[in-house]
Amino acid sequence: MNDAIVSVTALAKRYPGGAQALDGISFAVAPGETLGLVGPDGAGKSTLLKLLAGIGRADSGAIVIAPAVRQALAYMPQSAGLYDDLSVAENLALYADLRGGASAAARAAVLAAAGLAPFTERLAGQLSGGMRQKLGLACTLVTKPQLVLLDEPSVGVDPVSRAELWALARMLAGKGTAIIWATSNLDEAERFDRLLLLHEGRMIADGAPSALAGAMAGRVWRLALAGTRARRVLAAALAAPDVIDATVQGASVRVVLAADAPLPLAGALAQINAQSITAAPPRLEDAFIAALGGARLGPSLLTEAYRDIAVNDAPMIVAEGLTRNFGNFTAVDRVNLSVRRGEIFGLLGPNGAGKTTCFRMLCGLINPTSGTARVAGLDMEQDRAAAHQQLGYMAQRFSLYATLTTAQNLNFFAGAYGLSGAARARAVALAMATFALDQVADSNAGELLPGLRQRLSLACAIMHQPPVLFLDEPTSGVDPLTRREFWSHINAMAERGVTIFVTTHFMDEAEYCDRIALVYHGRMIASGAPDVLKADVAARLGRPVASLEAAFFALLDQEQMAA
Amino acid sequence: MSGRGQRMRAVMRKEWGQIRRDPSTFGIAGLLPLLLLFLFGYAVSLDTAATRTALVMQDRGGAAQRLAGAFAASPSFRIEPAASVRDARDALVAGRLRAIIVIPQDFSRLAARGQPAAVQLITDGSVPNTAAFADGHARGLVRQWAADEARERGMAHVPPLRIVPHYMYNATLKSRYFLVPGAIAIVMAMIGSMLTALVVAREWERATMEALLATRLSVAEMIVAKVTPYFLLGLGSMTLCVVVAVAIYDLPLRGSLLALIGLAATFLFATLGQGLLISAAAKSQFVSTQYALLSGFLPSLLLSGFLFEISSMPTAIQWLTWLVPARYLIPPLESLFLAGNIWGLILPSMAALTAFGIFFFWRAIKSTQASIE
Repeated sequence: MNDAIVSVTALAKRYPGGAQALDGISFAVAPGETLGLVGPDGAGKSTLLKLLAGIGRADSGAIVIAPAVRQALAYMPQSAGLYDDLSVAENLALYADLRGGASAAARAAVLAAAGLAPFTERLAGQLSGGMRQKLGLACTLVTKPQLVLLDEPSVGVDPVSRAELWALARMLAGKGTAIIWATSNLDEAERFDRLLLLHEGRMIADGAPSALAGAMAGRVWRLALAGTRARRVLAAALAAPDVIDATVQGASVRVVLAADAPLPLAGALAQINAQSITAAPPRLEDAFIAALGGARLGPSLLTEAYRDIAVNDAPMIVAEGLTRNFGNFTAVDRVNLSVRRGEIFGLLGPNGAGKTTCFRMLCGLINPTSGTARVAGLDMEQDRAAAHQQLGYMAQRFSLYATLTTAQNLNFFAGAYGLSGAARARAVALAMATFALDQVADSNAGELLPGLRQRLSLACAIMHQPPVLFLDEPTSGVDPLTRREFWSHINAMAERGVTIFVTTHFMDEAEYCDRIALVYHGRMIASGAPDVLKADVAARLGRPVASLEAAFFALLDQEQMAA
Repeated sequence: MSGRGQRMRAVMRKEWGQIRRDPSTFGIAGLLPLLLLFLFGYAVSLDTAATRTALVMQDRGGAAQRLAGAFAASPSFRIEPAASVRDARDALVAGRLRAIIVIPQDFSRLAARGQPAAVQLITDGSVPNTAAFADGHARGLVRQWAADEARERGMAHVPPLRIVPHYMYNATLKSRYFLVPGAIAIVMAMIGSMLTALVVAREWERATMEALLATRLSVAEMIVAKVTPYFLLGLGSMTLCVVVAVAIYDLPLRGSLLALIGLAATFLFATLGQGLLISAAAKSQFVSTQYALLSGFLPSLLLSGFLFEISSMPTAIQWLTWLVPARYLIPPLESLFLAGNIWGLILPSMAALTAFGIFFFWRAIKSTQASIE
């Protein structure tokens, strides 16, 4: 490409003492192109963007950026680079001046576009997550750069705000402005003109989203199942030789076949006895998984090793009129829910809807203002200590001891849950084997790759094989293969009777749940099995709903209309 | 080019905006100097308290009565008459008294003849400071009294007084003159390095450093622009210290204000640079605060000659003291307060401090550049 404004050739970088961050990356960017840099945490996205922004030096390879473009380049790091203790206007003025200045009119215009005009004097630290990212975009785009590098601008932002951020970036960037947008979330990758899929520093695919997904046409099938067999069928499908990926979609299982798989479905898949088998539209994630060589997972060791949780008709997690006020603000408003033994229950909602507060009350980290939360029959306020012995908890943020090794963390948490002697040694050995942590047993937890860290966090949370498990955004930022593996463990535990409560932003995670609930403005506005919820929304709208995400948007729209 | 000015002004404005909203910065710059100066000054103000003292008069002569009157009138002693040394000693042991003054039997007779007379002072050795103060005050008082006696009685010469070898000079004034400039140096060394120790580390910790450096701002521009507001804040602290020294501790300021400002500016240049270097190297606010305290406060306290005389240190340690910026501030600062502009002392110190500053800033810039590679 002769008119390329950026061209990157065989770029490589290794951090001292670390893994290869970038390995032989080559691509070019045309003016006005929108490029999605897609890959899990640790794939090398941030390193690549920093090198493009002129921060740091590559070990080998070349980056050529047209001088005029380099002068008009803007980079937004992951935290948006904002100063929480400065006001919206001050942040904007700072970045405008540092990039050569912008007129007062231009500054006012971007603030208005970002919907921040009424909040110019508010401190950036007091903005909500979505608004903060919008301010970051405004600061980055106020000087009308020709090349914009955005490092995960939508991380931790709910789907509604994600769509708004993208629209804002498109609006603020002029016609000829090229945007490179890094994300770990494949859900939002379809908007870009072109995608670069990154994995462990290597570029595994480069192409238009439709072309990448289109290449998978004819290999994706949906097996509709009677009853609630999906989880067991999933394990069988993943073990089948012709299958490179399988996921639960409500009551169905979606399978992706190997390129050379014979049709019609043969072998293990033919014996599944699905009610119907239909071709499903391919998705980007299918292309990603295929490029990675497929998610060939054996059955989780937990299928055999996790203790059987006694059959019990009483609900394992109960909320009755659960309410929490912070001053005048009602974060959670009279939430009622009840989760059966062995059920996977998902809590969804935009940022600030009260998801996390609700979650924290249910696992006894904060007390409700009124109402009760019970886990395994124990009141979370009165019998907190006993209840904590009955539950495992995995926090959203990495909350292990970063300076202890993997083995030391496992031993510590086993001890903290009351295991000692031979029982502790057995539990640690099982965790090592289940989550393939042997190779990193002596590495400090803080130095593990994100996927491994997440596995270790889950391993620590279930050392005592609790009957109830709470997971707060368990797989945000991890690669799709690790996510598959994670859910194979979660499914295995559910099969043993463990009750699992999950919060998530990801629609494909929500599909794994037996039931989901949608929270908005502190209230639960809908709940039910994913398929039932989709059907309900479709019935109300009078048209089919393509995905759970679409149903989610429709429900939120309705709420906003009503409000 | 105007771009540089615009960028640096933008960073200064940003830094000032952050200072304005962070009460802890004003705490470090405003309250910490006051607190430390008063703490150091407290030791000084101790010696103005009246010592509870028993007076045993074994002589009732005119001179003895006049001397007793002088003791009673002194603000340094609170005199309680006692019948005998034994009674008074019991009270001393019990801690009700801190000192006993005995005017012996033949005091008036000897004094009248102009012969050497002696007054006995018994003090409580378990409270050595008070004992030393009482000793010093008593000697000063007796000598003054003797001089007055001689003048009033028209004697040709002052009656000789027996002087014990470990004579304590006027503790109050001397110690204060010595302590306050030293304390100012310690305070400034500490806040200078603490103010900037936080600022670069904070950019790393909040991940704003990369956003700044991805703009057209260079590392040197950033560091110079960031430090400027703290430099002004530090000069403000210095002014506060000088005002406290002059207004509350009654120090004379005999040197010129210009020399004082020049000295303070070069010292701040060195200590702010020291803080910057710590901050750039540590990249964590917590770690750099610890280092700033350890490298700013302790060496200044121990190795600057403030508490311990440098000439009495082992040779190796004496060499080490040359690396402590406060060592270059204390002697010229003392001279500015007490003596005047001694340029032979001030200029070499300023040169040394400037050299320190240049080194620290250069390393801080290099270190920041290295960490973004």
